[in-house]
Amino acid sequence: MTASPAAPAVLAVRGLRKQYGSTLAVDDISFDVAPGQIVGLLGPNGAGKTTTINMILGVLAPSAGRISIEGCDVGTQRAQALARTNFAAVYAPLPGNLTVAQNLKVFGLIYDVTQLDARIETLLERFGLVRFRNTKCGLLSSGEQTRVCLAKAMLNAPRLLLLDEPTASIDPASARDIRRLIRDIATGGDSGILWTSHNMYEVEEVCDHVLIVSRGRVLLSGDPRRLPAEHGVGNLEELFIHVAREPLAFAEHRA
Amino acid sequence: MSPSLRCGLNGRHIAGVVLRQYYLMRGSPTRLLPTFAWVAIDIVLWGFITRYLNSLGTPGVNFVPTLLGAVLLWDFFSRVMQGVTTAFFEDVWSRNFLNIFATPLSIAEYVSGLVITSVATSVVGLAAMLLLATGVFGFSFFSYGLMLLPFLLVLFLFGIALGVLASAMVLRLGPASEWLVWPIPALLSPFAGVFYPLSTLPAWMQWVGHLLPPSYVFEGMRAIVAGHGFSAASLLVGLALAIVQIVAAGWCFAAVHRKAVRSGLLARYSAESVS
Repeated sequence: MTASPAAPAVLAVRGLRKQYGSTLAVDDISFDVAPGQIVGLLGPNGAGKTTTINMILGVLAPSAGRISIEGCDVGTQRAQALARTNFAAVYAPLPGNLTVAQNLKVFGLIYDVTQLDARIETLLERFGLVRFRNTKCGLLSSGEQTRVCLAKAMLNAPRLLLLDEPTASIDPASARDIRRLIRDIATGGDSGILWTSHNMYEVEEVCDHVLIVSRGRVLLSGDPRRLPAEHGVGNLEELFIHVAREPLAFAEHRA
Repeated sequence: MSPSLRCGLNGRHIAGVVLRQYYLMRGSPTRLLPTFAWVAIDIVLWGFITRYLNSLGTPGVNFVPTLLGAVLLWDFFSRVMQGVTTAFFEDVWSRNFLNIFATPLSIAEYVSGLVITSVATSVVGLAAMLLLATGVFGFSFFSYGLMLLPFLLVLFLFGIALGVLASAMVLRLGPASEWLVWPIPALLSPFAGVFYPLSTLPAWMQWVGHLLPPSYVFEGMRAIVAGHGFSAASLLVGLALAIVQIVAAGWCFAAVHRKAVRSGLLARYSAESVS
């Protein structure tokens, strides 16, 4: 784990809850992400991962709880909190009718990035996008679009980076490149990263800490390389399947 | 540091919204063409209609400033409104809400960006209309005298108000409700007395007309062309109405956005419903 335990959290989530009518999508979730730390938010489909990320991004209001990013409350200091944050999600591609450079310019202004042109050049280089500079994003492959989204997500050098399934639907070679890029982001600076993925092998490889959620609750948390043995299974994927199939057993264990 | 405006708006945030629209316009003739093509067609059609009516009417009666002028002013209002809504629709069409609203951009900055885009596109449309109406049909905007500027101002403000309100409606009801927005100018025109005095209308329609700022513009325009005295106080009522409506529309958009954040509609916009 690269994070310093004494460093104040980049992201602090306390008692987070989201209710739609009688359905509890997120139920009393609390966790921290420290600078330099990659935290995996894992769980079966519908577990509440994306709902949690949407609340951190301020596009969904919690029913209860508090989210603060570097001490800025997302509910009351939205602009300050989101200026320190960025995200890339498989379901939120950048507009396909703008070129890579145009998208980066537009979002660079919206994130109020200083020395924007130089920053865009650095990111195009870093994410291997120089030759796609004038290509419309809608014409790029899934892997290339993911790299553009990551470049956008790094425009403001965010202290908190949210990645919702960044390697979904891309080939293993591209996924490995992207994992390396993300690992470099965490080790090369003070950014904390919250990552969701359904690929347990990449989670074991990349994440310093994982939270396994089901039915809106955190059922397990810990070091992804030690958790499986602590629960008597061979690897993280087996543990994930156990939690997904028998969440109540783990909920009782948690209680 | 960023150039924050006095009212707390960040100029670079607004520039980002406007630049996106500029890139889209610059790279797409299909977006650029409608900014002047439809209004030009309207001017040509009504230009020939007025020319024909002039040939039938009493010598000395000129339909150009009343009919063609009315078409020109109404089209200007429509372009302003559609300038706002079309800029908003670009984010609907490209499913860009999450990228846009999960940023430090405030709602006031976002709406300001849409309004500035609309100013630019409607000025292009106005220039095209003036060029055609003046060059081909002998229309002179200056026949309205100094009242021309307040006329344009009232129509501009009402176009912005209606554009922001229509965008709020689409944000609330979902992408398919876009089709409710396009006919709004046609729906309002009978009430606004574009081509006839409000007194022509039944009482209930007159009441609606009195709530629409453009009706004060068109009443004033006809009074000036007929050589009758024109009440500036009446136009001030129209101006005051437009200002109140623009504030109400901005409040409405912000309220719909707040509700969409609470209900989850914004995060799942393409589903058109959170129920």
